Amino acid sequence: MSSEVTLARVTRSEWTKLWSLRSTRWSLFVACLAMAGLGPLIAAVSMAHWNQLGEFQRLTFNPLERAMGGYRLAQLAIGVLGVMVISGEYSTGMIRSSLMAVPKRLPVLWAKLLVFTGVAFVLMLVTALISFFASNAIFTEHHVNQTLGSPHALRVFAGSVLFMCVTGVFCTALGTIIRSTAGSISAYVGLMFVLPVVGDILPASLSNAINPYLPSVAGTEVASTFHDPYTFSAWGGFALFCGYTLLAVVVAAVLLKRRDA
Amino acid sequence: MIEVSGVSKRYGEKLAVDDLSFSVQPGVVTGFLGPNGAGKSTTMRLILGLDAPSSGAALVNGKRYQDLQAPLREVGAMLEARAIHTGRSGYNHLLALAQTQGIPRGRVDEVINMVGLESVARKRVGSFSLGMGQRLGVAAALLGDPATVILDEPANGLDPEGIRWIRNLLKGLAADGKTVFLSSHLMSEMEQTAEHLIVIGKGRMIADMSVEAFVAQASSGAPVRVRTPDSVALTAALIGAGARVSAEQDGALAVQGLTTEQVGELAAAERLVLHELTPVQVSLEDAFMSITKDSVEYQQA
Repeated sequence: MSSEVTLARVTRSEWTKLWSLRSTRWSLFVACLAMAGLGPLIAAVSMAHWNQLGEFQRLTFNPLERAMGGYRLAQLAIGVLGVMVISGEYSTGMIRSSLMAVPKRLPVLWAKLLVFTGVAFVLMLVTALISFFASNAIFTEHHVNQTLGSPHALRVFAGSVLFMCVTGVFCTALGTIIRSTAGSISAYVGLMFVLPVVGDILPASLSNAINPYLPSVAGTEVASTFHDPYTFSAWGGFALFCGYTLLAVVVAAVLLKRRDA
Repeated sequence: MIEVSGVSKRYGEKLAVDDLSFSVQPGVVTGFLGPNGAGKSTTMRLILGLDAPSSGAALVNGKRYQDLQAPLREVGAMLEARAIHTGRSGYNHLLALAQTQGIPRGRVDEVINMVGLESVARKRVGSFSLGMGQRLGVAAALLGDPATVILDEPANGLDPEGIRWIRNLLKGLAADGKTVFLSSHLMSEMEQTAEHLIVIGKGRMIADMSVEAFVAQASSGAPVRVRTPDSVALTAALIGAGARVSAEQDGALAVQGLTTEQVGELAAAERLVLHELTPVQVSLEDAFMSITKDSVEYQQA
């Protein structure tokens, strides 16, 4: 039997690694709970007040973004887990065992990305479906109807799931570059959650010029129904976010290959 | 078979390994000795491809470690620093490593049995004692049944029974024709396990020779211990023959500059009764101390 290290074998190994940690299972559970549960919760709360809403508020009510709202929380669990997939190996020293088993090194990164992105995609797809249909069941009681065939619905649905997957990739690359769990999570939170707030307190002319390029803004265009005139289009913004992620992955790969472990 | 040729490693200003060349042969246990900070762990990391040498090359079975197709099947290693995720069970740790090169599950159970961790293999590594962690590290090193085994301070944290276990294990591996390379700061341990020694200090080669030769080299100039009821007469005779003599606490004399034979013949010529005549054996510990005393990284004031 041939016994060399192959990407398929390293991927199996990373599958074992992912599921054999309690912290992983918890993070994924939280992500699933947030994605599946938050949408219906928001739907139930907003429908409870439906009869008190005025005509204008009913017209501008956006059931699609409410139904998919869970991704805003789920992305945090996915991002943190994306970081820990690799930073946890650096903090415990496991990375040395991993690199001694796979001294070419890069297959370790590719396998982590494959396994984690694959798992995140399947879980988020399923829970996003649950959220969409459960929320719609609540909306329908109040005659607010939408299906995946409604305007933007399929794109926002797919966009939310894809955004989370790419966020996971971005965070694994961050973890590979920064290596420390705390540092990587700080960088992730800073880039995705703090920068937009900073952008908002800038003068409008400046923030309108800068904001569209922020990874969080560009990346979530695809998960929004409406677009300000100064922002990118849905897929244009997502493409930019994918570009940032690709850049991070390339830097991560070069550093992983070159640095002493 | 490990071949290190002209390897240096610089971390910023500090030259951790300075132009080291040596080879580690199969069939014997080769000890790697040096004071703390001498560069032993760094050298092992260079051999294992974890750090890149600043110059020179380290080869295992004629190849750079990075170029091995199935590294765990050729080289098994345990580093001094822990290299295990504490949140994972020992079994899953070994399984994940085995899967990278298609080592069957059965082999995982086999090495767990070999190191005696059957009862705790499914528990999280974070709950392991130091000794259990060392045994798991040894299990990982043996996973691919490699022809070369590299262990950094394997006796650390093991109880006396564990130390004897690892000593017998390593001797058994060498007897099977494997290349066994281990570092230790416990000279007594090395004396009982290793046949060949590579000694470094401040990153530089100090000695590359058999344990016997190493002790013999350090023993040259070691004193002869002699006890006689007539110390005064014997001391006078010894000094007359050009020896340096000092008194031991128990009344014996420590004689330097003469061999055991010369001391005995001198006493016979003077018709002096001897109660004891012993060449002082230098332990590996003493040999190591005397040879490395100039290259200790952090001298005590």
